[in-house]
Amino acid sequence: MLADKSISEIARAFRDKEFSSEDLVKECLANIEKYNPQINAFITKIDKDIVLSEARQKDRQGFAGKSLLFGIPYVLKDSYVTRGIMTTAASNVLKNYLPQYDATVYCKLKETGAILLGKMNMDAWGHGGSSENTDFSPVHNPWDLTRVAGGSSGGPAAAIAARMCLFAIGEDTGGSIRNPAAWCNITGLKVSYGRVSRYGCIAYASSFDTVGPMAKSAEDCAIILETIAGHDMYDGTSSKNEVPRYSQKLATPIKNVTVGMPEEFFQKGLDREIKKAIETAVEKLQKLGVKSKVISLPMIEYGIPVYYLIGPSETSSNLARYDGIRYGETRSNFTGETMRRIMIGTYALSAGYYDAYYKKAQKARTLFIREYEKALNECDVILMPVNPTPPTKIGELINDPVQNLLADIYTVSQNPVGVPSLAIPCGFTKSGLPIGMQLVGKMFAEEKLLQVGYAYQQMNSWHNQKPKLTP
Amino acid sequence: MKVAVIKIVTSSIIKHIAQLANLDLSDEELKSMSPQFSSILNLVSKIKKLDTTNVSETSQVTGQENVFREDEVDSKRILTQEEALSNAKNKHNGYFVVDAIFEE
Repeated sequence: MLADKSISEIARAFRDKEFSSEDLVKECLANIEKYNPQINAFITKIDKDIVLSEARQKDRQGFAGKSLLFGIPYVLKDSYVTRGIMTTAASNVLKNYLPQYDATVYCKLKETGAILLGKMNMDAWGHGGSSENTDFSPVHNPWDLTRVAGGSSGGPAAAIAARMCLFAIGEDTGGSIRNPAAWCNITGLKVSYGRVSRYGCIAYASSFDTVGPMAKSAEDCAIILETIAGHDMYDGTSSKNEVPRYSQKLATPIKNVTVGMPEEFFQKGLDREIKKAIETAVEKLQKLGVKSKVISLPMIEYGIPVYYLIGPSETSSNLARYDGIRYGETRSNFTGETMRRIMIGTYALSAGYYDAYYKKAQKARTLFIREYEKALNECDVILMPVNPTPPTKIGELINDPVQNLLADIYTVSQNPVGVPSLAIPCGFTKSGLPIGMQLVGKMFAEEKLLQVGYAYQQMNSWHNQKPKLTP
Repeated sequence: MKVAVIKIVTSSIIKHIAQLANLDLSDEELKSMSPQFSSILNLVSKIKKLDTTNVSETSQVTGQENVFREDEVDSKRILTQEEALSNAKNKHNGYFVVDAIFEE
């Protein structure tokens, strides 16, 4: 299958005229037709004739001197506004919303010549870790259709796993890129806060939200990141730090890199098979000269409270704009899960509770920043699980609001701190369900994370495994 | 670790919060919200045990301060009146129609 190849292999094949962008797009469209009815990854599919004519146009223009993403089909989580293309954030509140402008990340990919195939299913507004909190029916995991794909960027992850596209742009507020990446056996990067412009990204919690790439490998993520990263005058929080050529330095040897394993993340609550897979991965990394050491991040137990106080507080404010006047439907269209998050946030910000909850969480956030700083002075990269369990059965999490929050335990503490994290596949359970791990680094250390991820993927083929699907 | 005592948030508080959040909850929704709200609140209340004496708050992690731009009109970002109204259900003579704030 053409879509099994890496982005750089495809770009080379385009240049050598081994196959065309049209061939590749046709293959992805065929996979969408065959598999999407079972997986439900898409909310909006771009018209076939439009994408095929775009692909033919790219083929005619030729590939010499073009970006590696030129003529490559991709998808966007439905949290990015796209002018004239329906954008819902997976909520009935926006079921008929046609944006009047484009998100910066979409503009950049359009300019580079990547071809948009669709807008993807997710937990509404990013509120969830299973892509069940959607008004467009849950996303099914391509590895086991009775299970969830993870979330909130479940649609994008499932579409990559099922080879419906080559890559996706996800959004991560508390694990929303990493969690579905791990559960669908793909690679996903939560970038440092401010690395990629959030302009036109429908906000969940503005001080946590990050825009990042999802693809099959660390190498593909590097190519996408160097295209989408950088300062944007339309996002005052975007960073002016120079964007490295991530893909050029991937092969830098990783010997002498020190990997820290936080002991608190490998204790009770972690599935035994996941623990074993990560320990095996560390042994593999050691063969490349990586040193590993046990470190401590004792504040982990406060990760969920900090995240579920600040996140809902910010979301209660961000979602206040949806009043059905200028656009969208009325507020009665929010799901139960979204209403709960708005309510918790409103409570934490309300008179009499502000100091005890919101302000307290903001102080705890400072302590988390110090704790990660300390840990990342003892090692270059922190290695930890992404999910406590393999993908859950559909219906399991959405019907238990508290369990639903606890499923994010390993991924929620990085966003308040702002540090980047790369989720990569590292094995399967005996029953054939994907396992992922995450590599966390210092602010703007994406380059280092991608180098470690790349080195690991050079000696392992987990990330090349794909689900067996039948139409 | 001791199991924290579950606090039950009264329905009058839930009603008040819903009003602040501009959510029009039915009696049934209010009823089902109450135990869920209480159990989540119980989960996050764990934060009270954390010692944050002399710790200042963090509200953003950009490392930036005072991000300004020139006070100039960026015509590329301006929507026409027609575009601005394109998603509105209720409009009149080129304006959004909103509920009256003052009564006659």
